[in-house]
Amino acid sequence: MSTKDRSAFDSLPLKTKEFIMYTKEKTLVRLVTIGSVDDGKSTLIGRLLYETNSIFEDQYAAVEKTSKKKGYDEVDLALLLDGLSAERQQGITIDVAHIYFETPARKFIIADSPGHVQYTRNMVTGASNSELAIILIDARNGVLTQSKRHGFIVSLLQIPHMIVAINKMDLVDYSEEVYQGIMTEYEEFSAKLNIHDIMFIPVSALKGDNVVRKSNRMPWYDGPSLLHYLENAHVAADKNLVDFRFPVQYVIRPHLDFRGYAGRISSGTISPEEEIVVLPSGKNSRVKSIITYDGELPEAFAGQSVVLTLHDEIDVSRGDMIVRTHNLPQAGNHFEAMICWMDEKPMVKDSPYIFKHTTKDLRAFITKLSYKIDMNTLHRQTTDTFELNDIGRVELKTSLPIFFDPFNVNSKTGSFILIDPLTNNTVAAGMIRGVAKTVENVLEDVSIEEGAQKKSPHIVWRGWNIPRGTREDRNRHKAVVLWFTGYSGSGKSTIAKVLEEKLFKMGCRTMVLDGDNLRHGLCSDLGFSQKERSENIRRAGETAHLFFEHGNIVACSFISPYRADRAFVRSLFPTDRFLEVHVKCDLEECKRRDPNGLYKKALSGEIEKFTGISDPYEEPEKPEFILETDNLSLEQCVENLILYLQKKNIIHS
Amino acid sequence: MSPYRLSYLKELESESIYIMREVAAEFKNPVMLYSAGKDSSVMVRLAQRAFYPAKFPFPLMHVDTSYKFPEMYEFRDKFCKEIGAKLIVERNEEWIAKGCHPLKMGIEKCCACLKTQALLDALKKHGFDAAFGGARREEEKSRAKERVFSLRDEFGQWDPKNQRPELWDLYNAWINEGQSVRVFPLSNWTEHDIWQYIKLENIPVVPLYFAKKREIIRKNNRLIPISYYSNENNNTHSEIENHQTETVMCRFRTLGCVPCTGAIESYATTLDDIIKEVDEVKKSERENRLIDTTGDSAMEDKKKQGYF
Ligand SMILES: Nc1nc2c(ncn2[C@@H]2O[C@H](COP(=O)(O)OP(=O)(O)O)[C@@H](O)[C@H]2O)c(=O)[nH]1
Repeated sequence: MSTKDRSAFDSLPLKTKEFIMYTKEKTLVRLVTIGSVDDGKSTLIGRLLYETNSIFEDQYAAVEKTSKKKGYDEVDLALLLDGLSAERQQGITIDVAHIYFETPARKFIIADSPGHVQYTRNMVTGASNSELAIILIDARNGVLTQSKRHGFIVSLLQIPHMIVAINKMDLVDYSEEVYQGIMTEYEEFSAKLNIHDIMFIPVSALKGDNVVRKSNRMPWYDGPSLLHYLENAHVAADKNLVDFRFPVQYVIRPHLDFRGYAGRISSGTISPEEEIVVLPSGKNSRVKSIITYDGELPEAFAGQSVVLTLHDEIDVSRGDMIVRTHNLPQAGNHFEAMICWMDEKPMVKDSPYIFKHTTKDLRAFITKLSYKIDMNTLHRQTTDTFELNDIGRVELKTSLPIFFDPFNVNSKTGSFILIDPLTNNTVAAGMIRGVAKTVENVLEDVSIEEGAQKKSPHIVWRGWNIPRGTREDRNRHKAVVLWFTGYSGSGKSTIAKVLEEKLFKMGCRTMVLDGDNLRHGLCSDLGFSQKERSENIRRAGETAHLFFEHGNIVACSFISPYRADRAFVRSLFPTDRFLEVHVKCDLEECKRRDPNGLYKKALSGEIEKFTGISDPYEEPEKPEFILETDNLSLEQCVENLILYLQKKNIIHS
Repeated sequence: MSPYRLSYLKELESESIYIMREVAAEFKNPVMLYSAGKDSSVMVRLAQRAFYPAKFPFPLMHVDTSYKFPEMYEFRDKFCKEIGAKLIVERNEEWIAKGCHPLKMGIEKCCACLKTQALLDALKKHGFDAAFGGARREEEKSRAKERVFSLRDEFGQWDPKNQRPELWDLYNAWINEGQSVRVFPLSNWTEHDIWQYIKLENIPVVPLYFAKKREIIRKNNRLIPISYYSNENNNTHSEIENHQTETVMCRFRTLGCVPCTGAIESYATTLDDIIKEVDEVKKSERENRLIDTTGDSAMEDKKKQGYF
């Protein structure tokens, strides 16, 4: 900046100044390095660190010492990267390690990923946040299967830039022919993939050729050194700045007059006064302000964490997405995706998984396995399951429609993970391709197990005629679902009923749903197998949803013994409007109470599959409320719930 | 450069804010561990930013070993009062009363009681299901593979072999009964970034970070502040007699407990000096903490047991 610029700059208002300053500053680039054992990946990264002065003296001294001890001639820079002791003993990298270095222009975060086929999931993990990938090839070995696999992963995860570092050039006499041969073969292969930008750099990690500086040992190579390329790659252009997507993370309400929606802009830009629509409610409004700790912004863009306020008071909660009125994402609850399976436990088709997408958790089923990729030949093959490290294409159905963009257009709104509802482990990474729309899906038969999860394909969701918020305004209380779960005889229904009576007297709109009223009518076709229990709960949840949208306080009393079923019901409601109430009572006490003589029958074997006796009860993990009915009186239980509803501003005090 | 690209500090800031909001939204009872150190100061500022104009919706908790520098206690109390944060202080009183001290019990054992155990007890006592910590991946080798959401079993233990994959920015907040999560919103920050940010944001830090003349003794290449030896409770006067005391310009690069934190010789009296020094000195930051050097895998072993 010249002195004149400087003084003009100084006189700008602070906000503008900061904005300008930031864009002139150093930027962050995330890259992933993939290589198989002994390709020289650690040596290469070690060299980058060493030559950019990113190694601490004491670390270098330690490595120097170890190298000497091992009798090496050169300092083994690879030793700088050793992570966990288990790996140190085996001498191989098995998990993604994060490494940091910077140059005057950029700061880099390397996700260093192992390259063997059994670590496919680690590569996918490392690649998921990267803008740039470096793949290592040992010049002596040429293009091996693994190098193709690595390219495939780069293409699958849609990393915009890829560098193929052809390493150990010193061992092939810095031969141009070797370099050309590898490049030609790899280009032929990568033409079949979806890779936008690919660069081949011949290097010797050990000797340092073409890593930081251009080497004069390869005069035939006229491209940049590796570091030069890293510093200049056009990563800025990769951002999607067109489609404004704002998944709401958190509602900020310091006082009654302020309601802001916190989130990180996934893509696009936004300014005050722009017209927006909130999904899924479909309500329109305009942006009032973009708030940050430093003050309001005239414009915000992809990557920024901000708070939006709107001109209209509409109901927006976590999991909703704010978008521009004339640029909508796709919607659907049945779509195709590529997934990578990441769990030791194989995938189970048609079994419920938690589906995490943007800031929303839903339930999803994998309904069809189209194919998986043979990770050696990269050919497609049919399969009836996915095991650890398998990658392939599937169809999924979610409990509610989601709003997404195809992964190749928008990685933030096109990606998801699957979580096993029992272990809570992350079991799969997914990339949405688009809405599933083959004829056979529409024609699939509708049996209870399958059909239950299916939405009528031709019914397009258009929102409620009179929105819930309007009904709530008239009712002067909010709608909420209290889901009482617990053993038979724990006191669920009694509490639900007394609570309803009390709320009703207070002028609230209420409804009680329980096993009795549902199983007599709506669910009279269902028995007590696990599947039928699940279906019963699904219908109960959907019924509760209808009452909820009608503005009611719905008290639902169901044993609902399976966690996954309750998770599904939860997924139907906004986060702060579903209260799971665990009515907890010692099983022995329930048996003693045995209000309907059911335990007696179960114990004698007259009733099969009775929860607590011959069928499991999976306790809630994060209930909003626990009522211990062997310690609290009925009045206390009801009183506590009412206080809670008041505290949460569902009803007025 | 495109005007639509954040500077790296703003990018790191935005990422940390995103993480904090995810935790506040998905966990029932989160807490932010606060040590009065520079990383804590940055973390608190990020929390203020994340929930502005509201206050951040979780308390701060200081797990106090009783051996912190007096300046730290003073700073802590003033700082928390100024920003109006709720501060919980927890100590393992039983062991403190028993006179647990690194010189008597060994560093490992002392840390195990006063830090690790105290932390686990405190988390349990308050029923916290998520705890923010200011650790950074760059700090130490074994941290390089740590997740942002680090799952701990009911004994607070970390299993490096059994970490959940972390993809995109989709953080899995589902945990089983008894499990909890340590969340590291500063995972991708380096020491350099921390100081740059402190400068950019004008964040107050404990004065011990700045160089001044201090009375010390040299021990295994470490500068141990004399104030520690004047601690009446410990029979360490003989130690002083065996060593030469000196007055040197020095500062603390990290702040732990008095007995185990060494100072470094330094003339860095301003933030700019510190930033320059961090860039030039190139010694890893935790070098002056005794705890990390007790074995090659010292830190990793400690984490497996539940140390932060
Ligand atoms: N001659 C030569 N050897 C190399 C080069 N790069 C790495 N190596 C050696 O190859 C071996 C494996 O390297 P390392 O970096 O540990 O591989 P990694 O398993 O991919 O991390 C070591 O003995 C290195 O010294 C190179 O460019 N030239």
